Amino acid sequence: MEFIDYYKVLGVDKKASAKEIKKAYRKLARKYHPDLNANDKEAEKKFKRINEANEVLSHAENRKKYDQYGKDWKHAETFEKAQRQQQQQRQQHDFSSSGHSESDFSDFFESMFGGARSSSRQSGQTGFRGQDFNAELHLDLKDVYQKQQQILTVNHKKIRLTIPAGIENGQVIRIANKGGKGVNGGANGDLYLKFFIKNHSQFKREKSNLYATIDLDLYTAILGGELTIDTFNGKVKLKIKPETQNNSKVKLKGKGFPVYKKENQYGDLIITYNLKIPTKLTEEEKKIFKELQKLR
Amino acid sequence: MDTHNLILIEKLCSHYEIELSFFDELETMGLIEIKTIKKVQFIHQDSISDLEKMIRLHHELAINAEGIDVVFNLLKKVDKLEEELNSVRNRLQLFENDY
Repeated sequence: MEFIDYYKVLGVDKKASAKEIKKAYRKLARKYHPDLNANDKEAEKKFKRINEANEVLSHAENRKKYDQYGKDWKHAETFEKAQRQQQQQRQQHDFSSSGHSESDFSDFFESMFGGARSSSRQSGQTGFRGQDFNAELHLDLKDVYQKQQQILTVNHKKIRLTIPAGIENGQVIRIANKGGKGVNGGANGDLYLKFFIKNHSQFKREKSNLYATIDLDLYTAILGGELTIDTFNGKVKLKIKPETQNNSKVKLKGKGFPVYKKENQYGDLIITYNLKIPTKLTEEEKKIFKELQKLR
Repeated sequence: MDTHNLILIEKLCSHYEIELSFFDELETMGLIEIKTIKKVQFIHQDSISDLEKMIRLHHELAINAEGIDVVFNLLKKVDKLEEELNSVRNRLQLFENDY
């Protein structure tokens, strides 16, 4: 367990007045408050530490004890045991609206003060709604081509989830009531699920449009022909027009990715032809190409 | 009128230990919508999540209703920018690893 210098955490001097401590706490709290730094775990950690420092330094009794025992806080253990037991009984009824609950306090704090105390209205521990949870879900691009059911385990609870087709990489969806349990009959928090979509396919994706580059041999490009390509929705036959140019594009309407939350609507598949010039020509081939050249 | 899904403001005041005037200020700022049915004021339960955020900002950071309005507007902008950044990042992947 590591000693925490709460004065350093708040950036104040050991002789700082209560007013200076309050001012420093407010300034840092405004900077790192979780409501202003959504999904920022580092800010959340800092906010908890700032709160902890404020819990200690803004209460004269706590501050005195902290100053007295400081680095030798372990010796304070026996001395304060009885007092701590009383505090812990009180804390069972405390809860926090912004998610900084008892378990959020450091081991150092808990060993010295016995866990989080209700610090009065001033620090605003008033809420009854459960904590919001954040989770990540990693899927493959082909998985999100179709709507699918998933069962997630969040905090030992199983959640059945329907993921709409066409969800984006990095998209966050809110699942109401699947966060932390509410207190005193309050509503549960929400679950925020962030999607990470890996793309191992031949396609590149931009929203509901898919892009692919297809190699085309010289003869099919010149004379035209047919090609079959694999898409997420099966094989598609492509008619190649005669005299197709390198880097020319064709758009296959409705052959792209599903549009998010719009059933039976699909984006387009845009194909770029990449002309492959034959190599290692035989003498006979060279001769024919020369004849062709003369004709031009 | 049906009061289903509506929460009594009086109840919220006592639960959060908030003055009724704070709700009025939030309504004036257009941050919440108060419904009055037979002279009793309610708030829709869907607004509770945002309302709690406002109460936390007020209690924990001593931000007044005007400040909360500014914060909410800026948070909306941050959300929009994050969405845009995500979209641009995904678009960038179109041009990556081409060669």
